[in-house]
Amino acid sequence: MFEAKSLECVRDDRLLFNDLSFAVAESEVLQIEGPNGSGKTSLLRILCGLRLAEAGHVLWQGESIISNREDYYANMVYIGHLPCVKGDLTVLENVRSLLDTRSLSLGNEEIEVALSKVGLASYEDVPGKALSSGQRRRILLAFVELSQAKLWILDEPLTALDVQGVALMESMIMEHKQSGGSVVFTTHHGMQLECEMSSVQLGRKARG
Amino acid sequence: MLKAYYHLLIRDLRLALRSRHELANPLIFFVLVVTLFPLAVTPTPQALQTMAPGVIWVSALLAVLLSLDRLFKLDYEDGSLDQLMLSPNPLMILVLAKVTAHWLLTGLPLVIIAPLLGLFMSLPADAVTVLIYSLLLGTPVLSLVGAIGVSLTVAVNRGGVLLSLIILPLYIPILIFGANAVDVAADGLPVTGQLLFLGAVLALALSLAPLATSVALRITASR
Repeated sequence: MFEAKSLECVRDDRLLFNDLSFAVAESEVLQIEGPNGSGKTSLLRILCGLRLAEAGHVLWQGESIISNREDYYANMVYIGHLPCVKGDLTVLENVRSLLDTRSLSLGNEEIEVALSKVGLASYEDVPGKALSSGQRRRILLAFVELSQAKLWILDEPLTALDVQGVALMESMIMEHKQSGGSVVFTTHHGMQLECEMSSVQLGRKARG
Repeated sequence: MLKAYYHLLIRDLRLALRSRHELANPLIFFVLVVTLFPLAVTPTPQALQTMAPGVIWVSALLAVLLSLDRLFKLDYEDGSLDQLMLSPNPLMILVLAKVTAHWLLTGLPLVIIAPLLGLFMSLPADAVTVLIYSLLLGTPVLSLVGAIGVSLTVAVNRGGVLLSLIILPLYIPILIFGANAVDVAADGLPVTGQLLFLGAVLALALSLAPLATSVALRITASR
């Protein structure tokens, strides 16, 4: 379903990785591993088409994501390091404006169900600036949950989350996998997934 | 697609209305500069009338230039810009929505307050009408062309000087034709030519600037 073909990434004249190929099938969970600075974030940004690889292609359903952008973006959701939360908008408006970028118009009830799932019930009308950083991350989790995307690309999804938050993320990934979705993620925290998981290791070549 | 345009426009307007002090900045700048001028020179009606078109247009241009930074900065800093680029909708449409919001929040207030400043600078009534038309055609171009510059410099720390260097040469034709239209109208001559030129530039900017901006944003994001 999703494939990376001989990707190469250079950053500030440093070769982060080259000839990196892997594929992600339906119901597959893939962890990108590697030390700091090994190019995990760069790789994820290449996978979602924000960054251009120096060489190689990323394919979605057999077609390059650059020429097939509309279809790919309708089926892929990405969350990065940044919170994407506007301090002047309420929690509900924040989720809604994130969903609007994907042209999803969901009812308030559906959004409220997702918010209570991520532990933000009764926070609907609280402005973003009054939230803690963990709660801001939870808004993104609600967004991912509601995005109806088949492929989740998650860059350090556990940042700032507490123990319950980590458990929530794990259960969300499991549920997504069971319903046929795929996940590509990076993390430095231990994620205890009770399922098969493939992994890609970055940063080996650099150390010789 | 229209829905995506509409939703983003509403979001930006709502955000701006919730931090109103930022909103008033360009307008206050515009009014301050224009009102200070008569105090600094001999304020005879003739002298003011000769200066008025230039002073009002330059102030409006600088007011827009100073407000441009906010167009993409906040979205870039909190990651929302990435989400906009990952939208299944064409980025051009979303860029156009952001530029529309920017114009409604900076350009339009300038157009509305300008007649008052025109009268204050003792412009004749005909010239004030032309001033409104020229700003109405010119300020959207300032927002549209400005967006190209901002999208190139949004990732640069303190990119303000760079932005001015990129944008000002492109603003100069608008300034010349806009101010000239008002000037000529004050002398009682026809101004159709100048206004048609501004209209043509607006049509050109409206069709090409969103495309250029979306490409520039993708380049910015790819570093």
